[in-house]
Amino acid sequence: MTERLLEMEDLRVSFYSRDGENQAVRGVSLHVDAGETVGIVGESGSGKSVTAKAALGLIGPPGKVIGGDIRYRGESLLGWSDSRWRKLRGNRIAMVFQDPMTALNPVKKIGAQMTEVIRRHRGLGKEEARQEAAAKLREVGISEPERRLDQYPHEFSGGMRQRVMIAMALSCQPELLLADEPTTALDVTIQAQILNLLKDIKARSNMGIVLITHDLGVVAQVCTRVVVMYGGMVMEEGTVEDIFYRAGHPYTQGLLKSVPKRGGGLRERLVPIEGTPPDLLDPPPGCPFIERCPHAFAKCVERPPLFELGEGHRALCWLHDAEHAPAKGSGGGSQEHVPAKGSGGGSQEHAPAMGSDSESREHAPVKGSGSESQEHAPAKGSGGESQEQAAGGVRLHSEGERRASDE
Amino acid sequence: MSDAKTLVDVRGLKKHFPKEKDVWGRTTEVLKAVDGVSFSIRKGETFGLVGESGSGKSTVGRCLLRLYDYTDGEVYYDGQELSKLGDKELRPFRRRIQSIFQDPYSSLNPGMNVLELIGEPMDIHGVHAGGARKDAVAELLVKVGLKKEHLNRYPHEFSGGQRQRLSIARALSVRPEFVVCDEPISALDVSVQAQVVNMLEDLQAEFGLTYLFIAHDLSMVRHISDRIGVMYGGRLVEVADSDALYDNPLHPYTQALLSAIPVPDPRAAGKRIAWDRAAWSGEGVALREVEPGHFAAIP
Repeated sequence: MTERLLEMEDLRVSFYSRDGENQAVRGVSLHVDAGETVGIVGESGSGKSVTAKAALGLIGPPGKVIGGDIRYRGESLLGWSDSRWRKLRGNRIAMVFQDPMTALNPVKKIGAQMTEVIRRHRGLGKEEARQEAAAKLREVGISEPERRLDQYPHEFSGGMRQRVMIAMALSCQPELLLADEPTTALDVTIQAQILNLLKDIKARSNMGIVLITHDLGVVAQVCTRVVVMYGGMVMEEGTVEDIFYRAGHPYTQGLLKSVPKRGGGLRERLVPIEGTPPDLLDPPPGCPFIERCPHAFAKCVERPPLFELGEGHRALCWLHDAEHAPAKGSGGGSQEHVPAKGSGGGSQEHAPAMGSDSESREHAPVKGSGSESQEHAPAKGSGGESQEQAAGGVRLHSEGERRASDE
Repeated sequence: MSDAKTLVDVRGLKKHFPKEKDVWGRTTEVLKAVDGVSFSIRKGETFGLVGESGSGKSTVGRCLLRLYDYTDGEVYYDGQELSKLGDKELRPFRRRIQSIFQDPYSSLNPGMNVLELIGEPMDIHGVHAGGARKDAVAELLVKVGLKKEHLNRYPHEFSGGQRQRLSIARALSVRPEFVVCDEPISALDVSVQAQVVNMLEDLQAEFGLTYLFIAHDLSMVRHISDRIGVMYGGRLVEVADSDALYDNPLHPYTQALLSAIPVPDPRAAGKRIAWDRAAWSGEGVALREVEPGHFAAIP
């Protein structure tokens, strides 16, 4: 029996400004069990960080949770007082942020900052707290912890500071750790160390970990389950294998295709997702990906429900609706390992295969023709469109509806 | 590259910054940001420069742009040594060498509209005087995937990806030969990065551009570069063709760096090679040609 820690149901968060209501999170449902590492992937503006902040009760004005529910171990957290939230944060849920320099107090020794947290949350004495702090530093791989406790944050490198942050988060023995882009500011070799540390923690304890990132590589290496967000909604969720090998949402497929493949031939053309993410001040009523989706069809102007593709594998896409999906709309299907046409020979075994749509979206790799840069223009010429129309779903005809390059 | 004409030749480049000064203002301690770097870039190729933060890769780019006066060494551009040139003699080179930076938010003047932004370099270098200018700007906009109607808009009206397109149009407005791209896609959304990379490749083919592509995203660097140099501690530790570098890294730092790339494939069993910076003593080891065209600073 899995232990459900965090659960969100139809969560809605908006930020209010002079420009109007920015609907950052528009009905997100997700859950985190003990012992699993859930990756929340998305671009900036997808709502991933706001979702995590809501779980910690950190949404303050001008933001507001306007709907849905957040439960921790079955108990609803909404409407809690500040002091109750404070007890939950740190004691049971801890958070690690992207930039360890701004999260640490620069004029206070590391030891003082750590013992303060430990004493407050665990009620230990001064000496005990210090020993505990040293033990935690050692646990995250910092050598000579007793000496380092008497140092200031500036005496630590970026990677070491992030280790300190993780040690502080762990010092209260939380059940759930939320890490928001914990390695984005770090060099790749240091990132690998921190990711290994997270894997270690997972192996040693039954902690639930939520890793928020835009980096698909990080997700593939660390997470057990993945939630893909876009335009304030969950587009797809599933195990890491579901997402990387059987992606069921055109956005997930597009994201996976737009990164260079390992072992791919030199100068193999990238397949970008055309266009830009939706404006959340005035989001499209239906699928947020509609304007950039190669398979969009008439039904997509309505908000799709989450369709079940397998156990625990769901996608927010009408292509999976037997009733409405166009007959040839298998592009969103979940075939495994369909080789992408035109990709370099050696790349296939490494390249997570997309749905068969990869064939239809092939962009002619012409180089050097003047008209060709048009192809990358956010507003696409009709030529590219008919191509897609032929192969995938029926394309939405009104070019004017696309945001194109007009913000 | 069959046409192996060297466009940029960097020899023993050093750039030291004063770190500490005594009461008389004399430098007592220097930071050796770039400490003896030599490489060359052939006409029409993309040379990638990778390394961790603080490795000196951006400083090299800035020296090539003569944004910095370098401490020692030579940079030959098309056979001409740049450090000896005064402002006036440097001017034609300032047209021929352009740059694109990481942050499309701070690199565009918010008070200028698109026509002014892209037209400004043209005015400075006397390209397209008078009426032809507006048409030329409009044509460039289309080339970078924007529209003629955007001429009168201001930077804040564009998204990050579009601003980077504007920066690229501005750089290309004076018909340069060589463009230093310093982390041009790092600030962009994942789904937009591929658009910009494809565009850079197309523009290169169309205008015969040569790129120095500085980045920390190693998979993107491999994708776009013909050859790659790996920097560590202000020095080049390895230079090779992209595929040779990734398939057969020779320097222990390169091996560690490449093994640390998180691969977007959950089944890829990555074996990480640790890098012990304390144990590395590469001070005296010079870059040498270990295999044809593959240079590494190994004994």
